[in-house]
Amino acid sequence: MIKIQEVSKSFGDRKAVDQLSLEIRAEENLILLGASGCGKTTMLKMINRLLTPDTGQIFINNKNIWDQSAVDLRRNMGYVLQNTGLFPHYSVAQNIAIVPHLLKWDKKRIEKRIDELLEKLHLSTRYRSMYPHELSGGQQQRVGLARALAAEPSILLMDEPFGALDNVTRAKIQEEFIALDELKRKTIIMVTHDVQEAFELGDQICLMDKGKVVQTGAPEDLLFRPSSPLVTDFLNEQRLQLEFKVIQLQALWKWLPPGSGPATTAALPSKTTLWRALAYFKYRGAEALQILDRERNELKAVQFEQLMAAFYQYKKNIVA
Amino acid sequence: MNEPQQTLWNYMSQQADKLLIQTLQHIGLTFISLSIATLVGLPLGILIARKESLSGPVLGVAGILQTIPSIALLGFMIPLLGIGIKPAIVALFLYALLPIIRNTYTGITGVDAHVKEAAVAVGLNRWQLLLQVELPLAMPVILAGIRTATVINVGVATLASYIAAGGLGEFIFGGISLNNTHMILTGAIPAALLALLFDFSLSRLQKLSVKKLRKIAVTAPLLFALLSLLYFVPNTAYGSKLTAGFTPEFMGRQDGNIGLEKIYGLKIHTVVINDAVMYKAAYEKQLDVISGYSTDGRLKAYNLVILKDDKGVFPPYYAAPIVRNESLIKFPDLEKTLNLLAGKIDDSVMTELNYQVDYLHRSPDKVAEAFLKSQGLWKEDRSKKTGVVRLGSKIFGEQYILASIYSQLIRGYTNYEVATKTGLGGTKICFDALVNDQIDFYPEYTGTGLLAILQPSRGTIDSLGGDKDKTFAYVKNAFKKSYGITWLDPIGFNNTYALMMRQAQANALAIKTISDLKQYLERK
Repeated sequence: MIKIQEVSKSFGDRKAVDQLSLEIRAEENLILLGASGCGKTTMLKMINRLLTPDTGQIFINNKNIWDQSAVDLRRNMGYVLQNTGLFPHYSVAQNIAIVPHLLKWDKKRIEKRIDELLEKLHLSTRYRSMYPHELSGGQQQRVGLARALAAEPSILLMDEPFGALDNVTRAKIQEEFIALDELKRKTIIMVTHDVQEAFELGDQICLMDKGKVVQTGAPEDLLFRPSSPLVTDFLNEQRLQLEFKVIQLQALWKWLPPGSGPATTAALPSKTTLWRALAYFKYRGAEALQILDRERNELKAVQFEQLMAAFYQYKKNIVA
Repeated sequence: MNEPQQTLWNYMSQQADKLLIQTLQHIGLTFISLSIATLVGLPLGILIARKESLSGPVLGVAGILQTIPSIALLGFMIPLLGIGIKPAIVALFLYALLPIIRNTYTGITGVDAHVKEAAVAVGLNRWQLLLQVELPLAMPVILAGIRTATVINVGVATLASYIAAGGLGEFIFGGISLNNTHMILTGAIPAALLALLFDFSLSRLQKLSVKKLRKIAVTAPLLFALLSLLYFVPNTAYGSKLTAGFTPEFMGRQDGNIGLEKIYGLKIHTVVINDAVMYKAAYEKQLDVISGYSTDGRLKAYNLVILKDDKGVFPPYYAAPIVRNESLIKFPDLEKTLNLLAGKIDDSVMTELNYQVDYLHRSPDKVAEAFLKSQGLWKEDRSKKTGVVRLGSKIFGEQYILASIYSQLIRGYTNYEVATKTGLGGTKICFDALVNDQIDFYPEYTGTGLLAILQPSRGTIDSLGGDKDKTFAYVKNAFKKSYGITWLDPIGFNNTYALMMRQAQANALAIKTISDLKQYLERK
């Protein structure tokens, strides 16, 4: 859907983006991941033409973005910034309505859309007439997201959208983000330097360094099939946690002991991540967990030690 | 304490009509120029906020304009725009420009970069960005600029009275020249109140929310236009074939405009103007009749002619040295020497000498020496010093010339050294210095001695009837009695108020006297 071809951009002598090529499929979440100054934000801003590439082409649905007007391009593309960029002199409702307004939607449709978005983003309607400075950081970020989604764009660009939030608020909003139905149908390109966030939200992760792509792939690919030591190094510090988050129980299936009897309602689906399963042991104080694979129609019952053993088997297998 | 307040109030209520007119003119001047400055400054500010490279030059030029002294700026305007409202508006406009441009620029460049980026990113075009985001968010800063400009303009607009554009300055500068505190305050208090009122109103605007401001933004231009129109409301002055320009002082004096109206019944369309630009304005046909001084050098420079005061409104101002009696005894040769000049300088000679100093910018010493040589009075400095004569003068060209002539005479004809204390401000300072034995003598004028120093009753002044010799005899006698000061013989010229016109026009209209002028004006 979005095709980036050999794009370069320099600021003075510094090459921010260097011969970068990338493809993003429709309805996919692509995360541009990297340390500060790796060029990820520069790349993002070239997609909605806030910045102009020195060389290279960008196509959306096979159409060169430079063949259409910048204003039209941007109105069909949501944009969420770390500092929200809400208009301080507009109320919440006016902020959300900016793009529908520019697109000359009729008034009723705009009002309906505002109500719909407020509800989806868990904002009470009493916020409608409030101004951004009267809201908390988390609420502001929700309004920022609502503004980006208002005109139902098919593409969403997000520049460190949760970067300015405290840990608790960030975790909560990330969870809502994952659960938000409307986002599942969108092509999203998100910039972040937070590895955990990238692994939780991304279908695909593009790891960047010094303006170049180091590796693009699914989270598991980066973890278990790194293309260079650079990738390994970047992920090493949080490797164990990332692995727990990436691996689903079904991947360990053959090393898990079979269960018996009928499945209880507490049985975990096999698509649950290892991280979640471990959390169950901890919070539920359970002796053993039932895991149900609906496709195979099989049931397993594991204790904590058995689960960890299966994980090590899996890892050994991959390395070998 | 109660009484002076009472009399100020009385003065103000006496002058209520004039005060109202001048206040309206003042408001009008302020807002006409402010409106133009906003119309020009706002787009310029926006332009330089967009094109950063232009901001240096534009702000630089506006800053330089701001530093030009207001009087000088008004002076530059006259050759280009004449006198009256046009140059006043242009000058006020130029002063209001900098704060408006600068604050527009600062306001717009100060808008949060994230908000601007978001605005562009959601698809606002350039105009939408400006009108929906940048201007609303910069508005408090822009309003602060307009507020500064308003207060500056209320202040500078007082100077509009220098160039016949009216305003409260007429009271203020008239009051200063006439040493009339009530008159000064009658102009100064309303001007200060106007500044406070506008400052306060705009400060309230500044604090309003953007939403309310948007509504006001529609009404503000209308309000500005209405306030600007106030300038043109008070056109009560009678029109006539000729236009006169009188100084604020002349307007307020019995032996000035008041006397002209009372004794001649002269009715002429009059504007108030500063004497620094008055002569030039007459020369450039902006004015037809002006109130000048009869020996002013510009009379010659600009080819003006004095109308004869056939009914004697203007009292004689014959110049003569006035000397302390003790000094005459201490320096026995002094009287004889000073009297060498008696009757030697008539009006036209004095005008010529003033012309050389004021207009051709020759030094008073050189002019004095040349004059004495032409009269055969000049002698080499004796340089045998037996005592020092202290000589004073007021602070204008004619007095400097007289002081130079006298010191050269004293050095050439006596053995005394001369210490000159020139530039002793006005009459009061000079005369006090003489009375208190700080100087021995200075040149004074009979009219000044009579009206400014002695200040006798109206009856006494009327009994002198403006007669040159009677006046001289009266002041000579009174000074001797009251102060122990002697008036020596008059030098010859009469530096009095005079009405003057361009020579060519006076000839063409066959106007020689003030009565001729009156008749010409009344002819249909």
